[in-house]
Amino acid sequence: MEPGLLRFTTAGSVDDGKSTLIGRLLYDTRSVYEDQIESAHKASRHGLELAFLTDGLRAEREQGITIDVAYRFFSTARRRFILADTPGHEQYTRNMVTAASTADVAVVLVDARKGVLPQTKRHACIAWLFGIQYLVVAVNKMDIVEYSREIFDRIRADFLTFSAKLVGCQVEFIPVSALEGENVVCRSRRMPWFEGCSLLEYLESAPTAEFAAQLCPPGHNSGLPAFRLPVQYVIREGEFRGYAGRIASGSVRRGDELQIQPSGQTTRVSSISTYDGNLERASAPMSVALTLQDQLDIGRGSMLADPANPPLAAQRLTATLVWMSESPLDPQRPYLMKLATQHMCAAVTGVLSRLDIHTLEEVPAASLALNEIGIVELETHRPLFCDLYDRNHATGGFILIDPIDNQTMAAGMIRSVADPRGLRLQTTGGSRNGLTVWFTGLSSSGKTTLSGAIYERLWAMGYKLELLDGDVVRRNLSRELGFSREDRDENIRRIGFVAELLTRNGVIVLVSAISPYRAMRDEIRARIGNFVEVYVNAPLAVCEQRDVKGLYRRARGGKLSSLTGIDDPYEPPARPEVECQTDRENLAESTDKVLKAIACCLAVRPDQAAKWQDVLGFNLRHQSP
Amino acid sequence: MVDALSHLRVLEAESIYILREVAAEFSRPVMLYSAGKDSSVMLRLALKAFYPAKPPFPLLHVDTTFKFRAMIDFRDRMCAELGLSLIVYTAREATEQGMNPFLFGTQRCCGLLKTKALLDALAEGGFDAALGGARREEEKARAKERIYSFRDSKGQWDPKNQRPEPWNLFNGRVEKGESVRVFPLSNWTELDVWEYIRQEDIPVVPLYFAREREMLVRGNLLIDPEHAPPLLPGERLERVMCRMRSLGCTYCTGAIRSTAETVSDVVEELGAFVRSERENRVIDHDEEGSMEIKKREGYF
Repeated sequence: MEPGLLRFTTAGSVDDGKSTLIGRLLYDTRSVYEDQIESAHKASRHGLELAFLTDGLRAEREQGITIDVAYRFFSTARRRFILADTPGHEQYTRNMVTAASTADVAVVLVDARKGVLPQTKRHACIAWLFGIQYLVVAVNKMDIVEYSREIFDRIRADFLTFSAKLVGCQVEFIPVSALEGENVVCRSRRMPWFEGCSLLEYLESAPTAEFAAQLCPPGHNSGLPAFRLPVQYVIREGEFRGYAGRIASGSVRRGDELQIQPSGQTTRVSSISTYDGNLERASAPMSVALTLQDQLDIGRGSMLADPANPPLAAQRLTATLVWMSESPLDPQRPYLMKLATQHMCAAVTGVLSRLDIHTLEEVPAASLALNEIGIVELETHRPLFCDLYDRNHATGGFILIDPIDNQTMAAGMIRSVADPRGLRLQTTGGSRNGLTVWFTGLSSSGKTTLSGAIYERLWAMGYKLELLDGDVVRRNLSRELGFSREDRDENIRRIGFVAELLTRNGVIVLVSAISPYRAMRDEIRARIGNFVEVYVNAPLAVCEQRDVKGLYRRARGGKLSSLTGIDDPYEPPARPEVECQTDRENLAESTDKVLKAIACCLAVRPDQAAKWQDVLGFNLRHQSP
Repeated sequence: MVDALSHLRVLEAESIYILREVAAEFSRPVMLYSAGKDSSVMLRLALKAFYPAKPPFPLLHVDTTFKFRAMIDFRDRMCAELGLSLIVYTAREATEQGMNPFLFGTQRCCGLLKTKALLDALAEGGFDAALGGARREEEKARAKERIYSFRDSKGQWDPKNQRPEPWNLFNGRVEKGESVRVFPLSNWTELDVWEYIRQEDIPVVPLYFAREREMLVRGNLLIDPEHAPPLLPGERLERVMCRMRSLGCTYCTGAIRSTAETVSDVVEELGAFVRSERENRVIDHDEEGSMEIKKREGYF
């Protein structure tokens, strides 16, 4: 087996000696050329200052700090390394994020004289958030503290108190002196009390993330990567249609069945095409092009996946955001989301908390400012095909872009999905926290009574609401329409259109209309997306007995034609979210059922959660799991 | 089964991913092609990325008129063989006014014939993305480059305000007039490039291989006499066993003494090198940080 490639990142506070450590690592592995050493020599104030091997930008030299991520490359007999050296200053945290997102190992520097600083915690925390499993705490400047074991042990104990909360992270401590080269490449003779290996030895043996992921047994729930290929580009050449992309996770063989998102259709792999010939099998992180047995609608943004373990489809999700822009997060603004090769509009519908990096506690927050980290709820304007970040970094990490000035605003990691696949998969209409609740049923079945009760309850909780009553809409929008099938459909279509507009703007719309035809109701469901169908069901005899508007009497008397249930059909919903049998249950029971269904479809803000708890008598699990 | 990809395959996959992102996200991409070793590797990666189709972008060569004849021949032969479309751009005005590095200095010459010519070529072609073969390992300022390097409407680079690229999710959104320089070989080293040339059997300009050449020896520098640099008193041409480690304009890229006659020899020689690749590039060393200054102005 070839040595492979390890990507690691280094971070530290100002003056921790990070640039010196890297200079040492490069110098002692003979990874810098003589002329580079000479040029660093020239820049140094006295002797050769190793930091000048790495601080590349003029501003960095002038200010004596590291501003941007610098990439370094070196190799030993065992392995090739890509080092992303990141700035210590808090204001450049976003640069650390770039480096941490693809690293296998993070090296965090601590100055032995200063101990664990807020920056140390921030760096460790970011490494952990981004899913880096291996963390090395290099306690530097041991030469200045006379290689004191007590100091090292105290720093280790301090850090462990903090890092106990970094679940899943393996922490290693190494005492080093970058200046003197102790424990950087070779083990130190000045610290015989330390029994561990040198930093370089550790890096040579640490597992890469890809390697670690491959070791999970197949089908294991802890997250063996299922096959994912986000389509980047379609290669067309004559009859050839190759769906090109980099395999994000898992592997694929010729003949495998694949599911295509967003259509959900399945097909099989005809060939795995590369310039070097067709392959029988390919795995992450290879770049390939697949040809498929069926001609399907596939383009950039589509995802090819293992049908037994497909990605989540979500329009509402919670995510950890690292805010990277000077302009704070603005929930009123739409952002563009890029996840793998998917682009879509996304709105932050709520900030749930901000992470206090000193205590690792989640504290309340209304927004996020530069370099702040928090958990937010997001809504996308169409379904996003993704995985939870913990399961799959390539399909669970995203960026948010400001559509006005094109800046990258935030890095995000999906933590949970509120509506994992199901009913609303095919929707195209977007919604910003709105919802349409559609009450359908015969005349006098109880739609007006029930929708009115729901209206009162939601109104009391402070929601923006609108009630669209079939008769009222007819009087205002559909005066010219009669009761033929076409006219009824047209009336319902108009109601549906208004409901869609309102839903898109965050309103909860209650529609109360006979709406007798299933096909039309389903069409509206598909358009609106966030849709709850309530079948208000009472037997015709009961309705006729109630006859609130006297319609049945007039129809039986021959004075009215085309009354639903009498001489025009009513097609009951095939799978309504709620069915209320108003002849058997009382209004309170029906109301309760409908409210529960509504609660499941709304992004409930924390300040509303308590009210919902009062209403429903149980705690909402909107922050699953 | 665990099969770790070799580091070259990992680098290759990453570069192909970048090339495809550019083809998918930009309306008018172009690939800078200088016929050097990095260009040759980048071209092969582009052929791989879009196979069996041809790369969906033209190649652009900024010809300063001071290039090696062998590079121009190689460039034309490769494009003809592969059936690729090539745009050659030369700063006519400056060359007609007799700009040259001997009299006007390398800074000025490079600024007009290379940097300005490149900016003009990109503007004239309306290109919103330019793929370049620069590598982070080459130089300290390049070590700080993103893979997508955003340039304002004047082609300038602001190192303090680069777009973060977590998970290699690139933000390629630009306004009219702005552009992005893209570096698919960002994470490759010189050794990677040569090992890949060996592994893939990629043709390169013969100037990279050692043979006896008539050279102007000036101090530590070995200068190719092709564009007739004026000789200083006492200087004359000498036959030297040498090769080019890096290729640019004849006067500004010195040769190195070497006996590496094949790709494998070169790979072996690199292992023993103690001097960096761009050491013989005059322009990088005019003052400390000069590459950064040039990049800020619009150089690659």
